[in-house]
Amino acid sequence: MNKRYWLVLLLFGAVLACSKKAAELPDKIFETFKRPSNFPEPAYHFNTNAITEAKFELGRKLFYEPRLSRNNTISCGSCHIQTAGFTHHGHDVSHGVDDRLGSRNSPAIMNLAWGKSFFWDGGVTDLDLQPIVPINNPVEMDESIDNIITKLKEHPQYPGLFKRAFGSEEIDTDRIMKALSQFMVMLVSANSKYDKVMRKENNEQFSEAEARGYALFKTSCAGCHKEPLFTDESYRDNGIGAGPNDDPGRHGVTRQEEDRYKFKVPSLRNTAYTAPYMHDGRFLNLDAVLEHYAELVKNTPNLDPLLKQGATPGIPLTTAQRSNLLAFLKTLNDEQFVRDPRFAETY
Amino acid sequence: MKRITTFSTFALLTMLSFASCKKDNDTIPPASDELVPLSIEFDNIVGGQNLQLNTGSYKNAAGEFFSVNILQYFISNISLKKADGTVYTIPQDSSYFLIRESDPATRFAKVKVPEGEYTSLTFVLGVDSLRHTMDLSQRKGVLDPAGGMEDGMYWGWTMGYIFFKLEGTSPSAPVDPAGIRKFRYHIGGYGSPSFNNIKTITIDLNAGGIAKARKGREANIHLMVDISKFFTGTETISIEQWPMVMLHEYSIKMADNYASMFRHDHTEN
Repeated sequence: MNKRYWLVLLLFGAVLACSKKAAELPDKIFETFKRPSNFPEPAYHFNTNAITEAKFELGRKLFYEPRLSRNNTISCGSCHIQTAGFTHHGHDVSHGVDDRLGSRNSPAIMNLAWGKSFFWDGGVTDLDLQPIVPINNPVEMDESIDNIITKLKEHPQYPGLFKRAFGSEEIDTDRIMKALSQFMVMLVSANSKYDKVMRKENNEQFSEAEARGYALFKTSCAGCHKEPLFTDESYRDNGIGAGPNDDPGRHGVTRQEEDRYKFKVPSLRNTAYTAPYMHDGRFLNLDAVLEHYAELVKNTPNLDPLLKQGATPGIPLTTAQRSNLLAFLKTLNDEQFVRDPRFAETY
Repeated sequence: MKRITTFSTFALLTMLSFASCKKDNDTIPPASDELVPLSIEFDNIVGGQNLQLNTGSYKNAAGEFFSVNILQYFISNISLKKADGTVYTIPQDSSYFLIRESDPATRFAKVKVPEGEYTSLTFVLGVDSLRHTMDLSQRKGVLDPAGGMEDGMYWGWTMGYIFFKLEGTSPSAPVDPAGIRKFRYHIGGYGSPSFNNIKTITIDLNAGGIAKARKGREANIHLMVDISKFFTGTETISIEQWPMVMLHEYSIKMADNYASMFRHDHTEN
């Protein structure tokens, strides 16, 4: 009898030895990445970076970590503010370390799990390699990854957090980038009124103006701003003309003349939070954007063919049509996303 | 008897509890005991002079004087051929080397090959396109994109490794914002989305001495890498005209030149 008792104990011990430290009951149940039913399959390589709560949380901490910059002043979240749809609201271009000015408008960080390329020029095609660019950029964070690794190793919390996420205290480029990617791919914005209408949630319906705007959108805008992400991720010259800094756009990556002044088509989601617009933030509001397309498109050498269909370049839009389009664009705002506490700095 | 049974059950259970915790990493060790070490030495020179960082003074084919501050380049995808035509390709994961003039230890690319006599050596100057798009977990060591800015060998904004980096000063170069007459050549480009400057170089070892890879020895294939060839060959490069070339079309001509820098001097067997 005694011996049998021993055996049971031993067996129990064997099981315990293998299970990871039994987790304390979490306050909230962690929701991993979920594809919204009206979205396509994501593009991110989850097979090499499966989402876990510990990695996601480490990623969030790193996203808001000013130690990623040379003088510990600028974090990713400095120029990608949640309440601004993860852009730098009110800034045409952003200021980085020592208030040095960048040259492009901070893009919205959302639905990156579906992103096939990143930045206005699409120079990076693997999300894991994206953070290296702003970190190294002298006008953004002006820091080297090696220095960051040194700082994180000396930090009282990070070695433990890396151990919790990856199984050991080792901190390297791969782990930092994988954790940051986890936070970024989880930033899914798919709860706008548009999404609810498409998913037939709660019997949500477009108003008359929104429905007219949607119909017009489908014929006049969807050629570039493809649903449901509202970008086809192509590079196009939309006839705004070069700005004062003569940013060559996609040409900087491909060095092909036909790519000069082309920029990646941005999503139209969350525009209520992400002004100003365009790669250099030149349009302060959506009225100015629509005015551009209706009246001010320049016949530039690489102007997109979709903007050259009429007698004059652009998309003819009456006042009523603009107002309907604006009504539709408002249905793409996802308030839940910009208020989601899981994505906030102080969670 | 009963005691023995209990004891063996105990032992078995203990063993099981350990076995069940073991990670599945007991892969069969590669047959490395059949492989022997071999090194390839990249000895940087400029024409008739040994390359000396900062202090050495050289003249290029365009007649311009120059000194070198930084010279580093990637060597990868090494393979060796025997006289009978059989080729041994070094497993790719062990076949990336960053040669840096500032660190003498990096001048040797150390590999392991089966025993035999090798008559020809092939390698890539640069990093193959496939590795450029691999998961970060397969890009550690010299391939870690974290390399840094000054001596880094990675362009973050276009995800490309810099294959060849040569920087120095020359009275022919214009004064830069820091007040220095510098030239800077950072050559890369793996074909996507711009041009391809990956160069595969094959060197015949017969004239300089074949490499005899044997147990207990480390044959060393001693190559001379002549930087003066970077400035001439397909194109004679003028520092005055081209003080800075990075991801630019002109780099294609520079890459055509640098493919011919390598010469086999001798082999130490």
